[in-house]
Amino acid sequence: MPKITMTVNGQERSADIEARTLLSSFLREDLGLTGTHVGCDTSQCGACVVHIDGQAVKSCATLAVQNEGRDITTIEGLANPDGTLHPMQTAFHENHGLQCGFCTPGMIMTATDLIKRHKTSGTPLDEKTVRAELEGNLCRCTGYQNIVKAILAASTEMSA
Amino acid sequence: MYSFDYHQATSLDDAAQKLAADDEASLLAGGQTLIPTLKQRLAMPTTLVDISRIDALNFIRLEGDVLVIGAATCHATVATSQTCRDALPALASLANHIGDPAVRHRGTLGGSIANNDPSADYPAAALALGATIVTTQREIPADDFFTGLFETALEPGEILKEVRFPLPVRAAYSKFPNPASRYAMVGVFIAQTSAGPKVGVTGAGQEGVFRWRELEDALAQNWSTDALKGLSLAGDTMIADLHGDGDYRAHLVTVMAKRTLEAMG
Repeated sequence: MPKITMTVNGQERSADIEARTLLSSFLREDLGLTGTHVGCDTSQCGACVVHIDGQAVKSCATLAVQNEGRDITTIEGLANPDGTLHPMQTAFHENHGLQCGFCTPGMIMTATDLIKRHKTSGTPLDEKTVRAELEGNLCRCTGYQNIVKAILAASTEMSA
Repeated sequence: MYSFDYHQATSLDDAAQKLAADDEASLLAGGQTLIPTLKQRLAMPTTLVDISRIDALNFIRLEGDVLVIGAATCHATVATSQTCRDALPALASLANHIGDPAVRHRGTLGGSIANNDPSADYPAAALALGATIVTTQREIPADDFFTGLFETALEPGEILKEVRFPLPVRAAYSKFPNPASRYAMVGVFIAQTSAGPKVGVTGAGQEGVFRWRELEDALAQNWSTDALKGLSLAGDTMIADLHGDGDYRAHLVTVMAKRTLEAMG
């Protein structure tokens, strides 16, 4: 079995795994990081989104072995070590951006990625853009209203 | 997924050797189509040869009046590349509407072209722009490359290296995305090129992407939406599925062609 090494939430992690192991399975089953959710397993729902070298990617649509040496951030890696929440997590909390919470890890990982990209390109973030950017993340409870509100609130916070 | 071996290729030669050594080996780039296919056990390669980290396949550059893009360049890179946005904005915009942001971070130009999904976006652009597909063995005009549903002129062991897009006078692409999958229900790419107007249609034809030559001829006579008057495609040559029957798609092609022409002004 191939040996794989990658940095996950700042720590180097290694394991011997089958080549066919998905990154989502590796994170959840080998590393015990069950914050990354597997909803549809067909790359449509976005619950499994993590950051690979700073980019949002669906972890159910990439093999763990493809990510040798890469830097992975999961929802568990967003808060500060002292437990203070990331501004996006706080915004979801304050704006009631979740109900059942299943889609939330993917929503938050997608949202932090989109804010970073729009900050880099200098394009202002509005409601229409946020809704378009969320097309790969499905929520079956909230109707998206408060998710969009939370992301816009965090965007202001993160740009400040 | 069935079990397989995995090899991360360090160069094109390395990839070609691994591919030649195993008849059942398959190339892997972004994996946004291949991995879901493997998960459904619709393919059973013995080895995956990963070409996504080969630097020589990852670039965007302008060579005179030709935009050249490496096969492993992902959609997000094409969409945000200043070179592409300046030289061929229609292609940057097309790339920016493939799938969703996370898919665009991994899916590649070469993967889309080589897979030739009948609803993929890039093949329509390749046809309408008169692109040349460059492989490890030869150069193939787009008109000869797309040979049928999920079928291309690529031979076993041949690796797609880059796609060369001659810059048009102007071009635009409009698609009607399937609201669930974001694949094109119909997509129409129209380019005004030095060789005249060219129209690439994806999502519609039963044989995959095609050029709508009747519209090209009409546009050559009269470059306006009036060129569409009296033109129609046969519904029984169109894809029919639960999302829309053949007549619906045939009509949608004319609607999207009109929108594309209006976008071009």
